[in-house]
Amino acid sequence: MDMTAQLELVRRRSKEAVVAVGRRQGRSDLRLALLFIGPSAVGLVVFYLWPLIRGIYISFTNYNILQPPTFAGFGNYEAMVHDPQFWNALWVTVQYVLVNIGSQTVLALGIAVLLDRLTRSLLIRVAVIFPWLVPNVAVGIISLFMLDKTVGILNHGLEAVGIPSQYFYQDPHQAIITVALVNTWRNVGYTALLLFAGMQAIPRNLYEAAEVDGAGEWKKFIRITLPLLRPVLALVMTVSVIGSFQIFDTVSVVYQQPIPQATVLYYYIYEAAFAQGRMGYASAMAVVLLLITSILTVLQLRLLRSSQTDLA
Amino acid sequence: MTMASARTRARITGRRRAAFTKARPFTVFGWAAMVLILFVTLFPFYWMLREAFTHNAEMFSNFGPWPRHPTFVNFLRVLGLATPAQQQAEAPGSYQTLNVFRDLLNSVIFTAAVALGSVFFCSMAAYAFARLRWPGRDVVFGIFLSALLMPPIFAILPNFVTVKSLGWVDTWPGLLAPYVLMQPFALFFLRQFYLGIPREIEEAAQIDGLNKWQIYWMITIRVSGAPLATVLIIQAAFAWNEYLWPLLVGQSSSTQLLTAALGSFVRNSPTSAPDWSGFMAATTITVVPLVIFVLLFGKQLVSNLQLTSGGK
Repeated sequence: MDMTAQLELVRRRSKEAVVAVGRRQGRSDLRLALLFIGPSAVGLVVFYLWPLIRGIYISFTNYNILQPPTFAGFGNYEAMVHDPQFWNALWVTVQYVLVNIGSQTVLALGIAVLLDRLTRSLLIRVAVIFPWLVPNVAVGIISLFMLDKTVGILNHGLEAVGIPSQYFYQDPHQAIITVALVNTWRNVGYTALLLFAGMQAIPRNLYEAAEVDGAGEWKKFIRITLPLLRPVLALVMTVSVIGSFQIFDTVSVVYQQPIPQATVLYYYIYEAAFAQGRMGYASAMAVVLLLITSILTVLQLRLLRSSQTDLA
Repeated sequence: MTMASARTRARITGRRRAAFTKARPFTVFGWAAMVLILFVTLFPFYWMLREAFTHNAEMFSNFGPWPRHPTFVNFLRVLGLATPAQQQAEAPGSYQTLNVFRDLLNSVIFTAAVALGSVFFCSMAAYAFARLRWPGRDVVFGIFLSALLMPPIFAILPNFVTVKSLGWVDTWPGLLAPYVLMQPFALFFLRQFYLGIPREIEEAAQIDGLNKWQIYWMITIRVSGAPLATVLIIQAAFAWNEYLWPLLVGQSSSTQLLTAALGSFVRNSPTSAPDWSGFMAATTITVVPLVIFVLLFGKQLVSNLQLTSGGK
């Protein structure tokens, strides 16, 4: 028997064996699947789905944890609509998200392009992502120190070049921008590396062809990188925006009591629930936050789907 | 594998040659920008270290790059090893004491338990969603997917009620339970990877008589070292950063985590004369384990980090 015939025989036998194995096991792996998803399913039900239902229920009650909840109908939602502090918190959060996501996306794209075009160094990539590994609380404290009015190094530098020192966190006009930019500093490297990973999927010969046509870096970025990166960019932005709406740690640590211009929604919810014991009201606001992030997700996923065909 | 690396090498040498023949302005500007980015990224950590080794008394007079009289006293103070006289001399208004050793140990235990537990359980679930055949799989997966969209605050309110009614406040089960069984990100990341493992490997194992259970433990896990390590690293970073839940549930010294301790240390210090050197020493203690972490796992993290759409 010659080589190819032998190979053919082996191939046919193995195919038969696979079919036989499939038949012996039956079509479904249900029992094993139940075993495998069991623990995660318990976690999902107890700590995600049950709280979801319970949270929505609590939002229709008056509840202070100590006494059992009493039904309140839409009372909490009506109170919310008439609560100027709620609208303030929502507006502050939107400002935060716009500044944070805007600056972070632009900078991350820039850093990702630089990483992609300049170097394969893993060490540089590790350095770029490092702030993301540092807890928000620690980043908040470091920034509080560096941005301090009297002892902060940044104000010292500003004064050295003739600019008066700033209040940053304590200035009503600068507060939320400062929080947003500090978090951009922390997260931009992570976002950049996600975009960088997306860029690795873009075929190199496109760039080479563009170079032959005399295209510069800017043109290559606009004509090739950006359009082909769009699906990854949309996905990364979806995740970033949802995360951004949940700004809490930094605000909680840099202010003993946040000024109104820095009281983000998440903090206001936290305060209502755990400082004032208004669980029902806090839950109603959390429902609004949930709706906002869900709508944004759906919108962005739709955006993503419509642009998925660019790179087959 | 070898072909890919050969292509990479060809690409790199190609680009080197291109860069060599015409010294492009992009390369020069690019590296200048990269140096600036690295400086902005890393300088705050240097400044934190510098202040941690500086006496509070120097703060108003010395903005130079080194402490004039370097000292370990701030570390001794935050570790609870300084004498009352030292404490009084360094930070007269501050009576805060930290129990950083215990908090650090708690944080390490918490981080290890969350990372190992969630990856262990989510990996099994991910395999069930990627490779096992069972009725209703995709519907159930959709429900799991929705957990990714839920803002943590939404679950925290009812979860706190649940944990409180179980009497689990200030206990390790209360601290860990919401994290260990289910972490949506870990599940999706791993499912995505398991979908990409060539089926031929499993089919060959089936011919050898292995069942799906054995295939998972003896084959899938073995060929997934890199992504499993990556998810472990990301989950560990996530756990190390957790703040609000530990703040609510871990208030006694046996359950307090470093982030929560750091937050209360800063929030409860007198605003008139913040103990900056103490803050920076405590923050340094939070950051140093991350430096070790990054030296061990940083390259693994940056070479495998990516976000792909779950649809495919």
